[in-house]
Amino acid sequence: MAKISPRKTPMREQPAKERIKNYDEVPFGYSHEEAIVEAQRCLQCKNPKCIDGCPVEIDIPGFIKFIAEKKFREGVNLLKEKNILPAICGRVCPQEDQCEIKCIVGIKNEPVAIGRLERFLADWERDEDEIEIPPKSKSTGKKVVIVGAGPAGITVAADLVRLGHKVDIFEALHQPGGVLVYGIPEFRLPKAIVFKEIDFLKEMGVRLFTDSVIGMVKSIDELLNEYDATFLGTGAGLPWFLEVPGENLNGIYSANEYLTRANLMKAYLFPRYKTPIVRGKRVATVGGGNVAMDCARTALRLGAEKSIIVYRRSRTEMPARDEEIHHAEEEGIIFKFLSNPAAFHGDKNRWVKEVECVQMKLGEPDESGRRRPVPIPDANFRIPIDVGIIAIGNSPNPLIPSTTPDIETGKWGNIITDPETGKTSKPGVFAGGDVATGAATVILAMGAGKIAARGIHDYLMNKT
Amino acid sequence: MIKVFSLRKLKNADMVEILERIQIAPNVHSCTVEAPDVARKALPGQFVIIIPDEYSERTPITIADWDAKKGTITFIFLEIGASTQKLAELNSGDLIYSFTGPLGKPMEIKKFGTVALVGGCYGIGGIYPVARALKKSGNKVICFSEARSKFLLYWNDKLEEVSDEVRYATVDGSLGIKGHSHDDMEEYLKAGKKIDRVIAIGCTFMMYRVSEVTRPFGIDTIVSMNPVMIDGTGMCGACRVVVDGETKFACVDGPHFEGHKIDWDIIMSRRKAYLEEEIISQER
Ligand SMILES: Cc1cc2nc3c(=O)[nH]c(=O)nc-3n(C[C@H](O)[C@H](O)[C@H](O)COP(=O)(O)OP(=O)(O)OC[C@H]3O[C@@H](n4cnc5c(N)ncnc54)[C@H](O)[C@@H]3O)c2cc1C
Ligand SMILES: Cc1cc2nc3c(=O)[nH]c(=O)nc-3n(C[C@H](O)[C@H](O)[C@H](O)COP(=O)(O)OP(=O)(O)OC[C@H]3O[C@@H](n4cnc5c(N)ncnc54)[C@H](O)[C@@H]3O)c2cc1C
Ligand code: SF4
Ligand code: SF4
Ligand code: FES
Repeated sequence: MAKISPRKTPMREQPAKERIKNYDEVPFGYSHEEAIVEAQRCLQCKNPKCIDGCPVEIDIPGFIKFIAEKKFREGVNLLKEKNILPAICGRVCPQEDQCEIKCIVGIKNEPVAIGRLERFLADWERDEDEIEIPPKSKSTGKKVVIVGAGPAGITVAADLVRLGHKVDIFEALHQPGGVLVYGIPEFRLPKAIVFKEIDFLKEMGVRLFTDSVIGMVKSIDELLNEYDATFLGTGAGLPWFLEVPGENLNGIYSANEYLTRANLMKAYLFPRYKTPIVRGKRVATVGGGNVAMDCARTALRLGAEKSIIVYRRSRTEMPARDEEIHHAEEEGIIFKFLSNPAAFHGDKNRWVKEVECVQMKLGEPDESGRRRPVPIPDANFRIPIDVGIIAIGNSPNPLIPSTTPDIETGKWGNIITDPETGKTSKPGVFAGGDVATGAATVILAMGAGKIAARGIHDYLMNKT
Repeated sequence: MIKVFSLRKLKNADMVEILERIQIAPNVHSCTVEAPDVARKALPGQFVIIIPDEYSERTPITIADWDAKKGTITFIFLEIGASTQKLAELNSGDLIYSFTGPLGKPMEIKKFGTVALVGGCYGIGGIYPVARALKKSGNKVICFSEARSKFLLYWNDKLEEVSDEVRYATVDGSLGIKGHSHDDMEEYLKAGKKIDRVIAIGCTFMMYRVSEVTRPFGIDTIVSMNPVMIDGTGMCGACRVVVDGETKFACVDGPHFEGHKIDWDIIMSRRKAYLEEEIISQER
């Protein structure tokens, strides 16, 4: 065998200077040759630690071996046994904290680029344009309804339709995909990939009804009359605000509003698409997660001269993925660490002009083990801005709990589920994803979907 | 390289078809569509979100009438920006790209005594089903209908059918009193006549003025807020309004709030946030 490189095979990408002028995807993906070289870095461990790190337990050495042997079709099929959305997970999974952090190669060198290889196989299949429809079990005559077409709902649908159940999905928005479509920007996850996956579900016989807000157009009880079981994957809802003075000035967005305008409503193609977005010259995004990075990078692409991240802790505490922070830094995003917004100031027309921040320093670690930021007295400072974006999180979507009083919810409004089956307190109703856990990740939502699909299947087959 | 997927291919529900769209006053249209699921659930005071074609915005519109048996929804809209102009171009037989509803909390309907309903612009249609329901619940219903001139008023006969009295106000005095409904209401109240509850639907300024008129009389005043909305499901936060110092979301907590508790300054400035873009979006 050839000498193994200590580093991951690099992935070619759009140079930072160019990509901030367009909305196209940043990395290009591996060529066949690059993928094979990278696949050869895998040691094919007898006891592969990487699998423990993957929430859906993909046979990682298995699919990587197929790549090394150029058996791409076999590789895709193996991958899809556990993960129906590999093109998406390969792109947006926090691999560095999941599968790759456990990889043996990673002890001395850079780990095997598992995510990139996963993406490679999925893209290969899409380019081949001959997606294989997996076999379906004989019809069980049972009907299941899924509320919300995000990653959790999509996963449940795919698993249950394969087991021979009839599956309908109701989605509130006019397009399916959940956060994959309205939140994560095109330059990180092209929407055509998501729609292709939905298309695939439809090929398997799943019916999708958009424009249907469950709780309003149909209640859960009405659904239970029509269907044998219900899955709720309604995701995150009401955005949190800082609750500081001036937060309702014009030019201040929640991250969800900003990203929904830009992505789902295609404001980046304004005025062809009619939804407007304020194209600020100086944009401050408050927060330190993936969502904040997405907002700050979107602002750049919408023409901001300065796109600033305002975060109250330091770089080490930032929850965003390394790759996202790295891309943001390359693109020239400015980071103001240890800065906590205390107020927004506006002009006489109530347009935001400045954000006032409290200078912080790091104190003792808190319950989460991260060092707690503490304010430095009399060290407030102001940053001139014309757009502010608040990206500090969301509570779970409130519509179903508020219209279905007999579903038990926790203190944050999250739906309480049994971790083994996805069951809620209401018979026949299951839930999973962000609505149960609070904002998490795509693969965790899919993992919850897999558990619930199993729970629903058992429930349906034991119910006479 | 990017393949465009049409929504039609992705979704299963039949698109909503327009049965009738007529201009009932200059720039004011009444439109009836076939949407049986929505019609089955609609209640007074709720709204729908309409995307006329792929390029348009998600446009919130109040439900003005419905027929659960026939499965139809009727709404009144004003042609003001790009999306409502697109809607005005559609005719019977045309399909609407996206139609979602019913949304929002319904208006509270019970016996209050005497209820005054104020409707301006699209709100004349908006108060109609509320008046009908309140009348049915045994209230005395007085409708105040206002416009710049007589020829801009509509549904007079429909309102008269469901209320005890309809009072008109026109800025030019061509019908009813000369001036605004809030002037008329102020006179009415100063004359010592009793109103137990006021409900106002229409432009922000009108609802603000009505709230100011009733404030000194301490009459419960419900206004139907119409902030910018996007999803309408409580996800984006665009529709936030400050009520009694607390942030509320009009699409899921509203759209009806107590007029005396609204922070009107914030509302009025947020309404104007996209003026410049709205002019540009109409140029294409
Ligand atoms: C900007 C952003 C960037 C992110 N980046 C990453 C990343 O890089 N990697 C990662 O792993 N995770 C990321 N996440 C998190 C990840 O996207 C979510 O954890 C995941 O999408 C949750 O999936 P879900 O299926 O539970 O819900 P969602 O994706 O939120 O989908 C819920 C769906 O339900 C619909 N719905 C809601 N209420 C109703 C109703 N009453 N009736 C019908 N339909 C309804 C919604 O419209 C939505 O389509 C990001 C999140 C955001 C916001
Ligand atoms: C709950 C609710 C119910 C509504 N019911 C109706 C209705 O029954 N009939 C109707 O005609 N309109 C109604 N509206 C207002 C309607 O949604 C807007 O007129 C519409 O979104 C304008 O879209 P546009 O693209 O045509 O115009 P835009 O290009 O978006 O706007 C053009 C002009 O209209 C103003 N405008 C934009 N949005 C609104 C708004 N939400 N309310 C008032 N003015 C606005 C702008 O400031 C601008 O000056 C309602 C709004 C809400 C939130
Ligand atoms: S799904 Fe995510 S965690 Fe699992 S192997 Fe793929 S990239 Fe790693
Ligand atoms: S731990 Fe790393 S080297 Fe071992 S099988 Fe998994 S990917 Fe390959
Ligand atoms: S319209 Fe988005 S939260 Fe109300």
